[in-house]
Amino acid sequence: MIAPEVPPPDEITLPWWEATREHRLLVQTCAGCSGTQHPPRALCVHCGSDHLDWSTSAGAGVVDSFTVVHRAPRPELDVPYVIARVRLAEGVILLTRLEGQPQEEWSIDDPVRLTWVDLDDGRALPVFVPADVS
Amino acid sequence: MSTGVAIVGAAESDLGVTNRSILGLQAQAIGRSLADAGLTLRDVDGLATTGVSRFSATQLADHFGLQPRWTDSTYAGGSAFEMFVARATQAIQAGQAETVVISFASNQRSARSRSLGGVVEDHTPEAQFETPYGPLFPLSYYAMAAQRYLHTYGGTREALAEVAVAAREWALLNPAAFRHGTRSLTAEEVVGSTMISSPLTALDCCLVTDGGGAIVLTSSERARDLRKKPVEVLGYGERTTNTSMTAVPDLTVTGAVGSGADAFARAGVTPADIDVAQVYDSFTITVALTLEALGFCGRGEALDWIADGRIRPGGDFPLNTSGGGLSYCHPGQFGVMLLIEAVAQLRGEAGDRQVPGARLALAHGTGGILSTHATVVLGVES
Repeated sequence: MIAPEVPPPDEITLPWWEATREHRLLVQTCAGCSGTQHPPRALCVHCGSDHLDWSTSAGAGVVDSFTVVHRAPRPELDVPYVIARVRLAEGVILLTRLEGQPQEEWSIDDPVRLTWVDLDDGRALPVFVPADVS
Repeated sequence: MSTGVAIVGAAESDLGVTNRSILGLQAQAIGRSLADAGLTLRDVDGLATTGVSRFSATQLADHFGLQPRWTDSTYAGGSAFEMFVARATQAIQAGQAETVVISFASNQRSARSRSLGGVVEDHTPEAQFETPYGPLFPLSYYAMAAQRYLHTYGGTREALAEVAVAAREWALLNPAAFRHGTRSLTAEEVVGSTMISSPLTALDCCLVTDGGGAIVLTSSERARDLRKKPVEVLGYGERTTNTSMTAVPDLTVTGAVGSGADAFARAGVTPADIDVAQVYDSFTITVALTLEALGFCGRGEALDWIADGRIRPGGDFPLNTSGGGLSYCHPGQFGVMLLIEAVAQLRGEAGDRQVPGARLALAHGTGGILSTHATVVLGVES
């Protein structure tokens, strides 16, 4: 995946993006009810608390669903590529890309692991590859 | 049970490729719907619309020289118009407005204003966490819902294609349909069409056309003195669920479960009572998910349920009788067109595609990425 342009973080999302500079994937976690959520929010969607902390994901997940995109929404994107919802072991779902094997080999419920695409500004985007690829 | 509010006028604007402006198409739709009701612009004291500008209802009021007592420009994509029916009904019941026009128009095909990536505002979480990956918006979300649905329930793309095949059969009966005068589709043609975002092909996706329409609502009491048979608003319900592609845990269960339950309860009817249904068909999968959510069939059963021609002309569940967004027209927000077709069927004005004796109709709008869901139940006296 070629590094895209990503809008700057705001005060809610800044810790999440800063951690990506060290290739750490944060999951926002409620200090009150231990609920997790993504993307980061100002309040916990489970209990409404604003006592929100961060935990670091182990980077393991499964493919909840995916789609192979054959028409580019932006001219700089080369098709085809695989867009997916990945469900992390920590419970949250990320929108992401699946990489590391031919598109036709992906299936729902495949186990995946985290890797990173570095952005030009030093941040990074989490993407996923098959769990058994080293 | 009637809410005491009725639809008394309904009309399309020009459809297809019009080379007209949004306001020009709005004026056609509103003018024709008022003429249908036997009313004039001077009778209108409530306006609900979207897609004109940031100040949509205000823009329309200005354009027509009106100073309405009530407006609504709730932006909820294609379901907004079913929501407007609920809000307009309440406004008329409360005495805030007497005659409300709900309208929409778009010139997206003529103006080439549709983008595969959609419109995502830079300040939203989606712009940081989703758009960078390059999903088509809204298509890739529906594609992921379809992939998950077919995986979970073991359905085939050919079985899902029946939604598009049936829509084409209805469009062949509707002179106003974009695909009128073409020919029948086969499931193989749908599956073999250009892949856009797997498993959805170009023929799994709605049209991109110009078009619009309007309906006129007033009290049932006043409706009795107007030209056309009143179409009573019997029930309504809505749910709003998500803007992000990751908020909903199960892609196969939508907010239509709640919106439908509310609408049926308010109307005092059940899914089995419905004679004709207009269900937003942005994509083939949208219809499968919505039929299940509304309770017309069980979860995971939609593709088997529609497989025997049930939703085609002559079938026992007439669905999207205009030809739908897939084969009739799709001006970006289809919700008002669902209502117009429901009214035509209940009045017995639907020509070759008329469902004989239709007395109870359902219209269900879906907006965004299965984001907003609104159901309306309409009926006429027998």
